[in-house]
Amino acid sequence: MVNTKQDKAFLTFTYAVLAAVGIVAVVPLLYVVSVSLTPFAEVLKHGGYVLIPREFTFHAYRKLMETSGIPRSLVITVTITLLGTAINLILTTLVAYPLSRRSLPGRNVFLIMVVFTLLFSGGIIPTYLVVKATGLIDSLWALILPTAVSSFNVLLMKSFFEQLPEELFESARIDGAKEFRILLRLAVPLSLPVMITVGLFYAVGHWNSFFAAIMYVTDRTLFPLQVVVREILMLSQQPLENAEDQVPTVTMQMAAVVFASFPIIAVYPFLQKHFTKGMLLGSIKG
Amino acid sequence: MPAKTANSRSYAQPAASSRLGKTRKAFWAHKEFYLMLLPGVIYYLVYKYLPMYGVIIAFKDYDMLEGIWSSPWADPWYKYFQQFYESPYFTQLLANTFLISVYKLLFGMVPPILLAILLNECRTPWFRRLVQTLSYMPHFLSWVIIYGILLMFLSQDSGIVNRWLVESGSSTIPFLTSTEWFRSVLVGSEIWQNLGWGAIIYLAAIAGIDPTLYEAGRVDGASRLRMVWHITLPGIRHVIILLLILRLGHMLDAGFEQIYVLYNVHVYSVADILDTWVFRTGLEQWNYSLASAVGLFKSGIGLILVYLSNTLAKRWGESIW
Repeated sequence: MVNTKQDKAFLTFTYAVLAAVGIVAVVPLLYVVSVSLTPFAEVLKHGGYVLIPREFTFHAYRKLMETSGIPRSLVITVTITLLGTAINLILTTLVAYPLSRRSLPGRNVFLIMVVFTLLFSGGIIPTYLVVKATGLIDSLWALILPTAVSSFNVLLMKSFFEQLPEELFESARIDGAKEFRILLRLAVPLSLPVMITVGLFYAVGHWNSFFAAIMYVTDRTLFPLQVVVREILMLSQQPLENAEDQVPTVTMQMAAVVFASFPIIAVYPFLQKHFTKGMLLGSIKG
Repeated sequence: MPAKTANSRSYAQPAASSRLGKTRKAFWAHKEFYLMLLPGVIYYLVYKYLPMYGVIIAFKDYDMLEGIWSSPWADPWYKYFQQFYESPYFTQLLANTFLISVYKLLFGMVPPILLAILLNECRTPWFRRLVQTLSYMPHFLSWVIIYGILLMFLSQDSGIVNRWLVESGSSTIPFLTSTEWFRSVLVGSEIWQNLGWGAIIYLAAIAGIDPTLYEAGRVDGASRLRMVWHITLPGIRHVIILLLILRLGHMLDAGFEQIYVLYNVHVYSVADILDTWVFRTGLEQWNYSLASAVGLFKSGIGLILVYLSNTLAKRWGESIW
């Protein structure tokens, strides 16, 4: 083993940079959480530097729940995340699985149909007109149906299905299983890593969805979380309010930010090992 | 290649059956697969291919009451393309779209590679995992959330950076509302969001390098730094080039949502890209035909870019399809 001075210096450098990356990634979030939890008088006293809250108050959150559109938008977002992800997964699987069967006559036609949408799209305006023509404007379906299948995820899933051992399907067929049953009982359970990965991508997409809502929804009662949070952020900031129990805008804004990001931050570390695996297995090569 | 499957299902085939009959039988044998495909195909036709048909409104004087088909054709047919080409927006939008993309590419490409290499050099599993978990995290935050965080740090009257600047005797900097700073904020926040996520693919490539190379290096007395330079970097060179090529194909997608959420009237001149302008012109000012023409222009160039980049990528042995 060589272990020269240079190696040691390099190793020190490595750890220092990695620590810095970790800190840079987490500190902004920590700060936001901290500001949202600290009484504003306290924030002012420390000139805004409150990385770790020394005093807690849920005042901002309570106020947000009582006076803003957050609770309603939370219901909307949870609904479209659950329903939307379920629809995404079902449709994507139903496209990817047949396309992974190399013997399917006409497979290439369907494949080209999928891939071509990666290359070319009608653009924002024609898509809007189609969504309008199909009667989805100002309905929750507008946040679900127009993005029901992602071609990228179809290719990811397809390449995973292709790696499953053919003999397994063969023996199931000999046992007289129908294709739907084979898909449900064999292919899907064997593809759990890719299902979780793709499911997570879709779910994050729905949770964070903003574009679809500003395009297709004008009815305020249907606004999802991100749109409402943005509106709260657009309120002019009033940094120097002194009334004791009044919750200042900044604190509420940060509480709203925490609201809209917490669920993802809380869930994803548990799924991390699946999605890194799933990503790598299906990445790039189609 | 695995044996043909469904074809080999034991369907008795009469010796004299015609070719057509065979084909028909092959289709029939796969009927369940077509049934599975049906909902997806309907989705693609309605929400992907119908809008492609809809681009013809770029060549028409679109009238909302008349609908796509009955609206009169524009005269000349390239009227809206010409209108765009002659407008002052043409150069501004193209320049902005292109510049923002290039900046993101230039400054966004190297950090994930470095991070992947350093993560690979890290010899403490728990620490490595911790850094990975933390650095992937921002990727899952929406641009609205990141906008909120940026406000907290960079806003001119209450952002902590500006408060600090004032305390140390400088004047405040309007990071989010000045044309000088806006692109830096765009690029910086993009790097922050995707640093860790971008490293995943390089980590995978590094994992694929033959470990005996490192052993040989060690036997020859190479330092860690030398091994990074002579083994790791060449080992992931093809992935770096491949990703670079593939990103060139998306040169015109400078990031609609990020820009839409972050920009404001003060910075339109440096921040407005094709997509954001199409959105405003089309959906906020009801100028459907002009906006569609610009959108089609963008899709057209995009198609060429993606096709070229994929052809290039194929030369390197990989492609997205």
